Amino acid sequence: MAYALQQLINGLTLGMIYGLIAVGYTMVYGIIGMINFAHGDIFMIGAFLSLIALLGLSALGISSVPLALALTLIFAAGIAAIYGWSVERIAYRPLRGSFRLAPLISAIGMSITLQNFAQVSQGARVKPMEPLISGGLLLTEGDGFAVQLSWMQIAIVVTTLIVLAIFTWLVTKTPLGRSMRACEQDLKMAGLLGIDTDKTISLTFVIGAALAAVAGLMFLLYYGVIDFYIGFIAGVKAFTAAVLGGIGSLPGAVLGGLLIGLIEVFWSAYFSVEYKDVAAFSILIVALIFMPTGLLGRTEVEKV
Amino acid sequence: MSALLSLSGVTAYYGAIQALRGVDLVVNEGEIVTLIGANGAGKSTLMMTVCGNPRARDGRIVYGGQDITDLPTHAIMRRRIAQAPEGRRIFGRMTVYENLLMGAEVSGQTDVPALLEQVFALFPRLKERLTQRGGTLSGGEQQMLAIGRALMSRPRLLLLDEPSLGLAPLVVKLIFGAIRELNRTSGLTVLLVEQNAYQALRLAHRGYVLVNGAITMAGSGAELLARPEIRAAYLEGSSHSA
Repeated sequence: MAYALQQLINGLTLGMIYGLIAVGYTMVYGIIGMINFAHGDIFMIGAFLSLIALLGLSALGISSVPLALALTLIFAAGIAAIYGWSVERIAYRPLRGSFRLAPLISAIGMSITLQNFAQVSQGARVKPMEPLISGGLLLTEGDGFAVQLSWMQIAIVVTTLIVLAIFTWLVTKTPLGRSMRACEQDLKMAGLLGIDTDKTISLTFVIGAALAAVAGLMFLLYYGVIDFYIGFIAGVKAFTAAVLGGIGSLPGAVLGGLLIGLIEVFWSAYFSVEYKDVAAFSILIVALIFMPTGLLGRTEVEKV
Repeated sequence: MSALLSLSGVTAYYGAIQALRGVDLVVNEGEIVTLIGANGAGKSTLMMTVCGNPRARDGRIVYGGQDITDLPTHAIMRRRIAQAPEGRRIFGRMTVYENLLMGAEVSGQTDVPALLEQVFALFPRLKERLTQRGGTLSGGEQQMLAIGRALMSRPRLLLLDEPSLGLAPLVVKLIFGAIRELNRTSGLTVLLVEQNAYQALRLAHRGYVLVNGAITMAGSGAELLARPEIRAAYLEGSSHSA
Protein backbone atom coordinates (compact mmCIF):
# COMPACT_ATOMS: atom_id res chain seq x y z
CA MET A 1 0.00 0.00 0.00
CA ALA A 2 2.74 2.42 1.00
CA TYR A 3 4.62 1.62 -2.19
CA ALA A 4 1.55 2.34 -4.29
CA LEU A 5 0.96 5.64 -2.49
CA GLN A 6 4.51 6.66 -3.28
CA GLN A 7 3.93 5.85 -6.95
CA LEU A 8 0.76 7.90 -6.90
CA ILE A 9 2.67 10.93 -5.65
CA ASN A 10 5.43 10.44 -8.23
CA GLY A 11 2.94 9.89 -11.03
CA LEU A 12 0.97 13.03 -10.27
CA THR A 13 4.15 15.10 -10.20
CA LEU A 14 5.29 13.78 -13.56
CA GLY A 15 1.76 14.14 -14.92
CA MET A 16 1.76 17.85 -14.07
CA ILE A 17 4.79 18.32 -16.30
CA TYR A 18 3.16 16.44 -19.20
CA GLY A 19 -0.04 18.38 -18.68
CA LEU A 20 1.77 21.71 -19.01
CA ILE A 21 3.25 20.65 -22.34
CA ALA A 22 -0.01 19.09 -23.54
CA VAL A 23 -1.83 22.42 -23.09
CA GLY A 24 0.41 23.90 -25.79
CA TYR A 25 -0.40 21.11 -28.26
CA THR A 26 -4.10 21.32 -27.64
CA MET A 27 -4.26 25.14 -27.87
CA VAL A 28 -2.51 25.27 -31.22
CA TYR A 29 -4.60 22.38 -32.54
CA GLY A 30 -7.76 24.14 -31.39
CA ILE A 31 -6.97 27.39 -33.13
CA ILE A 32 -5.37 26.36 -36.44
CA GLY A 33 -6.03 22.61 -36.55
CA MET A 34 -2.41 21.52 -36.82
CA ILE A 35 -0.11 19.52 -34.58
CA ASN A 36 2.89 21.66 -33.72
CA PHE A 37 5.58 18.99 -33.67
CA ALA A 38 8.18 21.56 -32.70
CA HIS A 39 6.41 22.09 -29.37
CA GLY A 40 8.34 19.34 -27.59
CA ASP A 41 11.56 21.00 -28.68
CA ILE A 42 10.42 24.34 -27.31
CA PHE A 43 10.06 22.47 -24.00
CA MET A 44 13.64 21.23 -24.41
CA ILE A 45 14.85 24.77 -25.17
CA GLY A 46 13.00 25.89 -22.02
CA ALA A 47 14.87 23.30 -19.97
CA PHE A 48 18.22 24.52 -21.35
CA LEU A 49 17.29 28.15 -20.73
CA SER A 50 16.41 27.20 -17.14
CA LEU A 51 19.75 25.46 -16.66
CA ILE A 52 21.63 28.46 -18.05
CA ALA A 53 19.66 30.83 -15.82
CA LEU A 54 20.16 28.74 -12.67
CA LEU A 55 23.91 28.42 -13.29
CA GLY A 56 24.14 32.12 -14.07
CA LEU A 57 22.25 33.10 -10.93
CA SER A 58 24.38 30.89 -8.72
CA ALA A 59 27.50 32.39 -10.32
CA LEU A 60 26.12 35.81 -9.41
CA GLY A 61 25.82 34.59 -5.83
CA ILE A 62 22.04 34.53 -5.53
CA SER A 63 21.53 31.81 -2.95
CA SER A 64 17.83 32.21 -2.13
CA VAL A 65 16.15 29.25 -3.80
CA PRO A 66 12.66 30.76 -4.23
CA LEU A 67 14.14 33.94 -5.74
CA ALA A 68 16.38 31.97 -8.09
CA LEU A 69 13.45 29.81 -9.18
CA ALA A 70 11.18 32.77 -9.78
CA LEU A 71 13.81 34.60 -11.84
CA THR A 72 14.61 31.45 -13.80
CA LEU A 73 10.94 30.85 -14.51
CA ILE A 74 10.45 34.37 -15.85
CA PHE A 75 13.64 34.22 -17.90
CA ALA A 76 12.96 30.79 -19.42
CA ALA A 77 9.29 31.49 -20.13
CA GLY A 78 10.11 34.87 -21.66
CA ILE A 79 12.84 33.64 -24.01
CA ALA A 80 10.93 30.47 -24.93
CA ALA A 81 7.94 32.67 -25.79
CA ILE A 82 10.14 34.47 -28.33
CA TYR A 83 11.10 31.08 -29.76
CA GLY A 84 7.43 30.10 -30.00
CA TRP A 85 6.55 33.35 -31.74
CA SER A 86 9.44 32.94 -34.21
CA VAL A 87 8.54 29.34 -35.03
CA GLU A 88 4.99 30.36 -35.95
CA ARG A 89 6.17 33.40 -37.92
CA ILE A 90 8.87 31.56 -39.87
CA ALA A 91 7.50 28.06 -40.34
CA TYR A 92 3.69 28.20 -40.18
CA ARG A 93 2.28 31.60 -41.11
CA PRO A 94 3.70 31.64 -44.66
CA LEU A 95 1.96 28.30 -45.20
CA ARG A 96 -1.47 29.34 -43.94
CA GLY A 97 -4.05 28.52 -46.58
CA SER A 98 -1.72 25.97 -48.13
CA PHE A 99 -2.58 22.27 -48.23
CA ARG A 100 -2.99 20.63 -44.83
CA LEU A 101 0.19 18.59 -44.91
CA ALA A 102 2.46 21.58 -45.57
CA PRO A 103 2.58 23.04 -42.04
CA LEU A 104 2.93 19.52 -40.63
CA ILE A 105 6.05 18.92 -42.71
CA SER A 106 7.50 22.29 -41.79
CA ALA A 107 6.73 21.52 -38.10
CA ILE A 108 8.87 18.39 -38.31
CA GLY A 109 11.58 20.44 -40.00
CA MET A 110 11.37 23.03 -37.23
CA SER A 111 11.64 20.29 -34.61
CA ILE A 112 14.83 18.92 -36.20
CA THR A 113 16.23 22.44 -36.53
CA LEU A 114 15.70 23.22 -32.85
CA GLN A 115 17.19 19.88 -31.78
CA ASN A 116 20.29 20.39 -33.89
CA PHE A 117 20.59 23.96 -32.72
CA ALA A 118 20.64 22.81 -29.09
CA GLN A 119 23.06 20.01 -29.92
CA VAL A 120 25.49 22.34 -31.69
CA SER A 121 25.26 25.25 -29.26
CA GLN A 122 25.08 23.28 -25.99
CA GLY A 123 26.92 20.10 -26.89
CA ALA A 124 25.58 16.61 -27.28
CA ARG A 125 26.46 15.40 -23.79
CA VAL A 126 23.93 14.99 -21.00
CA LYS A 127 23.89 18.04 -18.71
CA PRO A 128 23.57 17.26 -15.02
CA MET A 129 22.56 19.69 -12.29
CA GLU A 130 22.94 19.59 -8.51
CA PRO A 131 19.56 19.13 -6.82
CA LEU A 132 18.34 22.58 -5.88
CA ILE A 133 15.96 21.46 -3.16
CA SER A 134 16.51 18.36 -1.06
CA GLY A 135 14.66 16.62 1.74
CA GLY A 136 10.97 16.26 2.17
CA LEU A 137 8.08 15.15 4.33
CA LEU A 138 7.91 11.62 5.62
CA LEU A 139 4.23 10.77 5.25
CA THR A 140 3.88 7.22 6.52
CA GLU A 141 5.92 4.10 6.91
CA GLY A 142 4.58 0.66 6.17
CA ASP A 143 5.73 -2.71 4.89
CA GLY A 144 9.27 -1.51 5.48
CA PHE A 145 8.74 1.29 2.94
CA ALA A 146 8.83 5.02 3.71
CA VAL A 147 6.45 7.19 1.73
CA GLN A 148 8.08 10.49 1.04
CA LEU A 149 6.75 13.70 -0.40
CA SER A 150 9.83 15.67 -1.36
CA TRP A 151 9.99 19.46 -1.21
CA MET A 152 10.87 19.31 -4.88
CA GLN A 153 7.61 17.55 -5.70
CA ILE A 154 5.67 20.06 -3.65
CA ALA A 155 7.44 22.91 -5.46
CA ILE A 156 6.63 21.36 -8.86
CA VAL A 157 2.98 20.73 -8.08
CA VAL A 158 2.40 24.13 -6.48
CA THR A 159 4.13 26.03 -9.29
CA THR A 160 2.21 24.11 -11.93
CA LEU A 161 -1.11 24.72 -10.20
CA ILE A 162 -0.40 28.45 -9.92
CA VAL A 163 0.63 28.68 -13.58
CA LEU A 164 -2.46 26.71 -14.67
CA ALA A 165 -4.73 28.88 -12.51
CA ILE A 166 -3.38 32.06 -14.10
CA PHE A 167 -3.72 30.48 -17.53
CA THR A 168 -7.32 29.38 -16.90
CA TRP A 169 -8.23 32.86 -15.71
CA LEU A 170 -6.63 34.32 -18.83
CA VAL A 171 -8.59 32.09 -21.19
CA THR A 172 -11.99 32.22 -19.49
CA LYS A 173 -12.21 35.74 -18.10
CA THR A 174 -10.14 38.20 -20.12
CA PRO A 175 -10.82 39.83 -23.51
CA LEU A 176 -7.66 38.18 -24.85
CA GLY A 177 -8.95 34.76 -23.79
CA ARG A 178 -12.33 35.44 -25.39
CA SER A 179 -10.58 36.42 -28.62
CA MET A 180 -8.59 33.21 -28.49
CA ARG A 181 -11.71 31.13 -27.96
CA ALA A 182 -13.48 32.99 -30.77
CA CYS A 183 -10.60 32.22 -33.14
CA GLU A 184 -10.62 28.62 -31.98
CA GLN A 185 -14.32 28.21 -32.72
CA ASP A 186 -14.57 30.17 -35.98
CA LEU A 187 -11.52 31.92 -37.37
CA LYS A 188 -13.42 33.59 -40.20
CA MET A 189 -16.11 35.01 -37.94
CA ALA A 190 -13.48 36.21 -35.47
CA GLY A 191 -11.97 38.24 -38.30
CA LEU A 192 -15.40 39.65 -39.16
CA LEU A 193 -15.74 40.92 -35.59
CA GLY A 194 -12.50 42.87 -35.94
CA ILE A 195 -10.21 40.42 -34.19
CA ASP A 196 -6.68 40.46 -35.61
CA THR A 197 -6.55 36.70 -36.15
CA ASP A 198 -2.85 36.55 -37.06
CA LYS A 199 -1.96 38.34 -33.84
CA THR A 200 -4.19 36.03 -31.79
CA ILE A 201 -2.58 32.95 -33.35
CA SER A 202 0.87 34.37 -32.56
CA LEU A 203 -0.18 34.93 -28.95
CA THR A 204 -1.38 31.34 -28.72
CA PHE A 205 2.08 30.14 -29.71
CA VAL A 206 3.68 32.58 -27.27
CA ILE A 207 1.56 31.37 -24.34
CA GLY A 208 1.99 27.69 -25.27
CA ALA A 209 5.76 28.12 -25.47
CA ALA A 210 5.90 29.89 -22.10
CA LEU A 211 3.98 27.01 -20.48
CA ALA A 212 6.32 24.49 -22.13
CA ALA A 213 9.30 26.39 -20.72
CA VAL A 214 7.79 26.16 -17.24
CA ALA A 215 7.50 22.41 -17.83
CA GLY A 216 11.15 22.42 -18.96
CA LEU A 217 12.21 24.01 -15.68
CA MET A 218 10.16 21.46 -13.72
CA PHE A 219 11.69 18.60 -15.71
CA LEU A 220 15.19 19.90 -15.01
CA LEU A 221 14.47 20.18 -11.29
CA TYR A 222 12.84 16.76 -11.12
CA TYR A 223 15.32 14.65 -13.06
CA GLY A 224 18.44 16.79 -12.67
CA VAL A 225 19.70 15.85 -16.15
CA ILE A 226 18.75 17.14 -19.58
CA ASP A 227 20.00 16.75 -23.12
CA PHE A 228 19.02 18.00 -26.55
CA TYR A 229 16.82 14.95 -27.17
CA ILE A 230 14.39 15.20 -24.21
CA GLY A 231 11.94 17.22 -26.29
CA PHE A 232 11.09 14.33 -28.56
CA ILE A 233 10.02 11.74 -25.97
CA ALA A 234 8.37 14.22 -23.63
CA GLY A 235 6.73 15.87 -26.63
CA VAL A 236 5.20 12.65 -27.93
CA LYS A 237 3.98 11.77 -24.43
CA ALA A 238 2.40 15.17 -23.98
CA PHE A 239 0.82 14.82 -27.40
CA THR A 240 -0.56 11.46 -26.26
CA ALA A 241 -1.92 13.22 -23.18
CA ALA A 242 -3.60 15.83 -25.35
CA VAL A 243 -5.21 13.15 -27.54
CA LEU A 244 -6.26 11.07 -24.54
CA GLY A 245 -7.85 14.10 -22.87
CA GLY A 246 -9.54 15.14 -26.11
CA ILE A 247 -7.52 17.30 -28.47
CA GLY A 248 -8.71 20.89 -28.36
CA SER A 249 -9.88 20.64 -24.76
CA LEU A 250 -7.77 22.51 -22.20
CA PRO A 251 -8.96 20.68 -19.06
CA GLY A 252 -8.61 17.49 -21.11
CA ALA A 253 -4.92 18.22 -21.73
CA VAL A 254 -4.22 18.52 -18.00
CA LEU A 255 -6.28 15.43 -17.19
CA GLY A 256 -4.58 13.47 -19.98
CA GLY A 257 -1.19 14.60 -18.69
CA LEU A 258 -1.96 13.38 -15.19
CA LEU A 259 -3.15 10.02 -16.52
CA ILE A 260 -0.08 9.51 -18.71
CA GLY A 261 2.16 10.41 -15.77
CA LEU A 262 0.36 7.91 -13.52
CA ILE A 263 0.40 5.16 -16.15
CA GLU A 264 4.09 5.63 -16.81
CA VAL A 265 5.06 5.61 -13.13
CA PHE A 266 2.87 2.65 -12.16
CA TRP A 267 4.03 0.68 -15.16
CA SER A 268 7.66 1.33 -14.24
CA ALA A 269 7.02 0.37 -10.62
CA TYR A 270 5.14 -2.86 -11.17
CA PHE A 271 6.17 -4.12 -14.60
CA SER A 272 9.26 -2.89 -16.31
CA VAL A 273 11.09 0.42 -16.45
CA GLU A 274 12.54 -0.39 -19.85
CA TYR A 275 9.11 -0.54 -21.44
CA LYS A 276 7.58 2.55 -19.80
CA ASP A 277 7.53 4.47 -23.08
CA VAL A 278 5.82 1.54 -24.78
CA ALA A 279 3.07 1.76 -22.15
CA ALA A 280 2.49 5.45 -22.84
CA PHE A 281 2.43 5.02 -26.59
CA SER A 282 0.14 2.01 -26.46
CA ILE A 283 -2.32 4.33 -24.76
CA LEU A 284 -2.06 6.67 -27.74
CA ILE A 285 -2.89 3.84 -30.13
CA VAL A 286 -5.78 2.58 -28.01
CA ALA A 287 -7.16 6.10 -27.60
CA LEU A 288 -6.93 6.80 -31.33
CA ILE A 289 -8.71 3.56 -32.22
CA PHE A 290 -11.44 3.37 -29.60
CA MET A 291 -11.85 6.93 -28.39
CA PRO A 292 -10.66 9.39 -31.05
CA THR A 293 -12.45 12.31 -29.39
CA GLY A 294 -10.71 11.60 -26.06
CA LEU A 295 -12.06 11.78 -22.53
CA LEU A 296 -13.25 15.39 -22.59
CA GLY A 297 -13.51 15.79 -26.35
CA ARG A 298 -16.53 17.39 -27.89
CA THR A 299 -19.58 15.31 -28.38
CA GLU A 300 -22.13 18.09 -28.09
CA VAL A 301 -24.33 18.47 -31.12
CA GLU A 302 -24.67 21.99 -32.38
CA LYS A 303 -27.85 23.10 -34.08
CA VAL A 304 -27.65 24.78 -37.43
CA MET B 1 -27.62 61.71 -49.68
CA SER B 2 -23.97 60.83 -49.59
CA ALA B 3 -22.51 57.45 -50.44
CA LEU B 4 -21.39 55.50 -47.39
CA LEU B 5 -20.16 52.53 -49.38
CA SER B 6 -19.32 52.40 -53.04
CA LEU B 7 -17.89 49.63 -55.15
CA SER B 8 -16.52 50.30 -58.60
CA GLY B 9 -15.44 47.61 -61.01
CA VAL B 10 -14.87 45.08 -58.22
CA THR B 11 -13.80 41.57 -59.21
CA ALA B 12 -13.10 38.68 -56.87
CA TYR B 13 -11.91 35.11 -57.31
CA TYR B 14 -12.03 31.86 -55.38
CA GLY B 15 -8.88 30.22 -56.65
CA ALA B 16 -9.25 30.24 -60.42
CA ILE B 17 -13.02 30.76 -60.36
CA GLN B 18 -14.21 34.30 -60.91
CA ALA B 19 -17.03 35.06 -58.49
CA LEU B 20 -17.53 38.78 -59.11
CA ARG B 21 -17.26 40.42 -62.56
CA GLY B 22 -16.83 44.16 -62.28
CA VAL B 23 -19.49 45.05 -59.73
CA ASP B 24 -20.57 48.69 -59.35
CA LEU B 25 -22.76 49.34 -56.35
CA VAL B 26 -23.56 52.28 -54.06
CA VAL B 27 -25.10 52.30 -50.61
CA ASN B 28 -26.05 55.77 -49.41
CA GLU B 29 -26.05 56.91 -45.79
CA GLY B 30 -29.31 55.89 -44.08
CA GLU B 31 -30.49 53.56 -46.84
CA ILE B 32 -31.55 49.95 -46.87
CA VAL B 33 -30.18 48.41 -50.04
CA THR B 34 -30.89 44.83 -50.99
CA LEU B 35 -29.02 42.50 -53.27
CA ILE B 36 -31.08 39.71 -54.76
CA GLY B 37 -30.07 36.84 -56.96
CA ALA B 38 -30.12 33.09 -57.32
CA ASN B 39 -27.98 30.62 -55.43
CA GLY B 40 -24.33 30.97 -56.41
CA ALA B 41 -24.81 34.36 -58.06
CA GLY B 42 -22.11 35.85 -55.82
CA LYS B 43 -24.23 37.69 -53.23
CA SER B 44 -22.35 36.38 -50.20
CA THR B 45 -19.03 36.76 -51.99
CA LEU B 46 -19.80 40.41 -52.63
CA MET B 47 -20.53 40.93 -48.95
CA MET B 48 -17.36 39.12 -47.89
CA THR B 49 -15.30 41.06 -50.43
CA VAL B 50 -16.43 44.31 -48.79
CA CYS B 51 -14.92 42.82 -45.62
CA GLY B 52 -11.65 41.94 -47.38
CA ASN B 53 -12.04 38.15 -47.40
CA PRO B 54 -11.59 37.32 -50.29
CA ARG B 55 -9.83 40.49 -51.34
CA ALA B 56 -11.00 42.37 -54.43
CA ARG B 57 -8.57 41.69 -57.27
CA ASP B 58 -9.54 44.70 -59.37
CA GLY B 59 -11.64 47.75 -58.69
CA ARG B 60 -12.00 49.95 -55.62
CA ILE B 61 -14.10 49.78 -52.48
CA VAL B 62 -14.61 53.12 -50.77
CA TYR B 63 -16.25 53.39 -47.37
CA GLY B 64 -16.92 56.66 -45.55
CA GLY B 65 -14.70 58.50 -48.05
CA GLN B 66 -11.73 56.19 -47.49
CA ASP B 67 -10.36 53.50 -49.75
CA ILE B 68 -10.59 50.22 -47.83
CA THR B 69 -9.80 47.88 -50.74
CA ASP B 70 -6.43 46.75 -49.44
CA LEU B 71 -7.03 46.83 -45.69
CA PRO B 72 -6.94 43.56 -43.70
CA THR B 73 -10.31 42.25 -42.55
CA HIS B 74 -9.96 43.22 -38.91
CA ALA B 75 -9.01 46.78 -39.83
CA ILE B 76 -12.08 47.09 -42.07
CA MET B 77 -14.41 45.74 -39.39
CA ARG B 78 -13.05 48.17 -36.81
CA ARG B 79 -14.34 51.05 -38.95
CA ARG B 80 -17.84 50.35 -37.70
CA ILE B 81 -18.87 47.89 -40.38
CA ALA B 82 -20.59 44.82 -38.95
CA GLN B 83 -21.73 41.66 -40.64
CA ALA B 84 -24.26 39.04 -39.64
CA PRO B 85 -22.92 36.45 -42.07
CA GLU B 86 -24.34 33.54 -44.00
CA GLY B 87 -24.98 30.60 -41.68
CA ARG B 88 -25.02 32.98 -38.67
CA ARG B 89 -21.67 31.73 -37.39
CA ILE B 90 -22.56 31.89 -33.72
CA PHE B 91 -19.83 30.84 -31.32
CA GLY B 92 -21.50 27.62 -30.22
CA ARG B 93 -19.38 27.01 -27.14
CA MET B 94 -19.75 30.52 -25.78
CA THR B 95 -22.74 31.82 -23.88
CA VAL B 96 -25.17 34.24 -25.50
CA TYR B 97 -23.71 36.96 -23.28
CA GLU B 98 -20.15 36.18 -24.41
CA ASN B 99 -21.25 36.15 -28.04
CA LEU B 100 -22.74 39.61 -27.62
CA LEU B 101 -19.66 40.79 -25.78
CA MET B 102 -17.46 39.69 -28.69
CA GLY B 103 -19.31 42.19 -30.85
CA ALA B 104 -18.64 45.10 -28.51
CA GLU B 105 -15.24 44.29 -27.16
CA VAL B 106 -13.01 44.25 -30.19
CA SER B 107 -14.51 47.36 -31.70
CA GLY B 108 -13.71 49.19 -28.47
CA GLN B 109 -17.26 49.84 -27.28
CA THR B 110 -17.20 50.53 -23.57
CA ASP B 111 -20.86 51.18 -22.82
CA VAL B 112 -21.80 47.50 -22.89
CA PRO B 113 -24.90 47.73 -20.63
CA ALA B 114 -26.54 50.36 -22.84
CA LEU B 115 -25.79 48.40 -26.00
CA LEU B 116 -27.17 45.25 -24.42
CA GLU B 117 -30.39 47.07 -23.52
CA GLN B 118 -30.73 48.21 -27.11
CA VAL B 119 -30.35 44.64 -28.37
CA PHE B 120 -32.80 43.28 -25.77
CA ALA B 121 -35.35 45.90 -26.79
CA LEU B 122 -35.26 44.47 -30.32
CA PHE B 123 -34.99 40.82 -29.33
CA PRO B 124 -36.32 40.22 -25.80
CA ARG B 125 -35.80 36.49 -26.30
CA LEU B 126 -32.03 36.93 -26.08
CA LYS B 127 -32.33 38.31 -22.57
CA GLU B 128 -33.98 35.10 -21.41
CA ARG B 129 -31.24 33.04 -23.03
CA LEU B 130 -28.30 35.10 -21.78
CA THR B 131 -26.43 32.35 -19.93
CA GLN B 132 -27.22 29.62 -22.43
CA ARG B 133 -24.62 28.36 -24.88
CA GLY B 134 -24.93 29.70 -28.42
CA GLY B 135 -25.02 26.19 -29.88
CA THR B 136 -28.16 25.28 -27.98
CA LEU B 137 -30.31 28.08 -29.41
CA SER B 138 -32.96 27.53 -32.06
CA GLY B 139 -32.35 28.76 -35.60
CA GLY B 140 -34.40 31.90 -35.12
CA GLU B 141 -32.71 32.72 -31.84
CA GLN B 142 -29.31 32.21 -33.43
CA GLN B 143 -30.24 34.67 -36.17
CA MET B 144 -31.34 37.20 -33.55
CA LEU B 145 -28.03 36.64 -31.77
CA ALA B 146 -26.06 37.09 -34.99
CA ILE B 147 -27.78 40.41 -35.65
CA GLY B 148 -27.52 41.42 -31.98
CA ARG B 149 -23.81 40.64 -31.97
CA ALA B 150 -23.33 42.77 -35.07
CA LEU B 151 -25.26 45.65 -33.45
CA MET B 152 -23.07 45.52 -30.34
CA SER B 153 -20.28 47.17 -32.30
CA ARG B 154 -22.55 50.21 -32.90
CA PRO B 155 -22.14 49.93 -36.68
CA ARG B 156 -22.64 52.63 -39.28
CA LEU B 157 -23.08 49.97 -41.93
CA LEU B 158 -24.75 46.62 -41.24
CA LEU B 159 -24.25 43.78 -43.69
CA LEU B 160 -26.96 41.13 -43.40
CA ASP B 161 -26.58 37.87 -45.28
CA GLU B 162 -29.82 35.90 -45.72
CA PRO B 163 -31.31 36.63 -42.29
CA SER B 164 -34.54 34.83 -43.25
CA LEU B 165 -32.95 31.56 -44.35
CA GLY B 166 -34.59 28.52 -42.80
CA LEU B 167 -36.76 30.50 -40.40
CA ALA B 168 -40.48 30.32 -39.73
CA PRO B 169 -42.52 33.14 -41.37
CA LEU B 170 -43.36 34.66 -37.99
CA VAL B 171 -39.68 34.89 -37.04
CA VAL B 172 -38.82 36.34 -40.45
CA LYS B 173 -41.43 39.01 -39.88
CA LEU B 174 -39.94 39.82 -36.48
CA ILE B 175 -36.43 40.10 -37.88
CA PHE B 176 -37.42 42.22 -40.89
CA GLY B 177 -39.43 44.41 -38.52
CA ALA B 178 -36.33 44.87 -36.39
CA ILE B 179 -34.26 45.89 -39.42
CA ARG B 180 -36.86 48.46 -40.47
CA GLU B 181 -37.03 49.77 -36.91
CA LEU B 182 -33.26 50.19 -36.67
CA ASN B 183 -33.15 52.02 -39.96
CA ARG B 184 -35.99 54.35 -39.04
CA THR B 185 -35.03 55.24 -35.51
CA SER B 186 -31.25 55.37 -35.66
CA GLY B 187 -30.64 55.83 -39.38
CA LEU B 188 -28.63 52.63 -39.61
CA THR B 189 -27.45 51.89 -43.15
CA VAL B 190 -28.12 48.32 -44.20
CA LEU B 191 -26.94 46.16 -47.08
CA LEU B 192 -29.20 43.12 -47.17
CA VAL B 193 -28.63 39.95 -49.16
CA GLU B 194 -31.79 37.90 -49.62
CA GLN B 195 -33.26 35.01 -51.56
CA ASN B 196 -36.65 36.01 -50.24
CA ALA B 197 -36.83 38.70 -52.94
CA TYR B 198 -40.40 39.82 -52.31
CA GLN B 199 -39.86 40.61 -48.64
CA ALA B 200 -36.46 42.15 -49.26
CA LEU B 201 -37.63 44.47 -52.04
CA ARG B 202 -40.60 45.62 -49.97
CA LEU B 203 -38.27 46.47 -47.09
CA ALA B 204 -35.46 48.11 -49.08
CA HIS B 205 -35.24 51.59 -50.54
CA ARG B 206 -33.25 50.32 -53.47
CA GLY B 207 -32.19 46.99 -54.86
CA TYR B 208 -29.65 45.38 -57.16
CA VAL B 209 -29.98 42.11 -59.04
CA LEU B 210 -26.88 39.97 -59.26
CA VAL B 211 -26.57 37.31 -61.96
CA ASN B 212 -23.39 35.25 -62.39
CA GLY B 213 -21.29 37.75 -60.49
CA ALA B 214 -22.47 40.84 -62.38
CA ILE B 215 -25.13 43.44 -61.63
CA THR B 216 -27.85 43.19 -64.27
CA MET B 217 -30.51 45.50 -62.87
CA ALA B 218 -30.86 48.25 -60.32
CA GLY B 219 -33.68 50.42 -59.11
CA SER B 220 -35.96 51.29 -56.22
CA GLY B 221 -37.58 48.42 -54.38
CA ALA B 222 -41.01 49.21 -55.86
CA GLU B 223 -39.61 49.52 -59.39
CA LEU B 224 -37.89 46.17 -59.25
CA LEU B 225 -40.96 44.52 -57.76
CA ALA B 226 -43.00 45.73 -60.72
CA ARG B 227 -40.62 44.39 -63.37
CA PRO B 228 -41.98 41.33 -65.14
CA GLU B 229 -38.56 39.66 -65.51
CA ILE B 230 -37.99 39.96 -61.75
CA ARG B 231 -41.40 38.51 -61.06
CA ALA B 232 -40.65 35.62 -63.37
CA ALA B 233 -37.15 34.89 -62.08
CA TYR B 234 -37.34 35.57 -58.36
CA LEU B 235 -40.91 35.95 -57.21
CA GLU B 236 -42.76 33.03 -58.75
CA GLY B 237 -44.32 31.07 -55.97
CA SER B 238 -42.78 33.13 -53.22
CA SER B 239 -45.13 36.11 -53.04
CA HIS B 240 -47.56 34.14 -50.92
CA SER B 241 -45.00 33.94 -48.18
CA ALA B 242 -45.65 37.59 -47.31
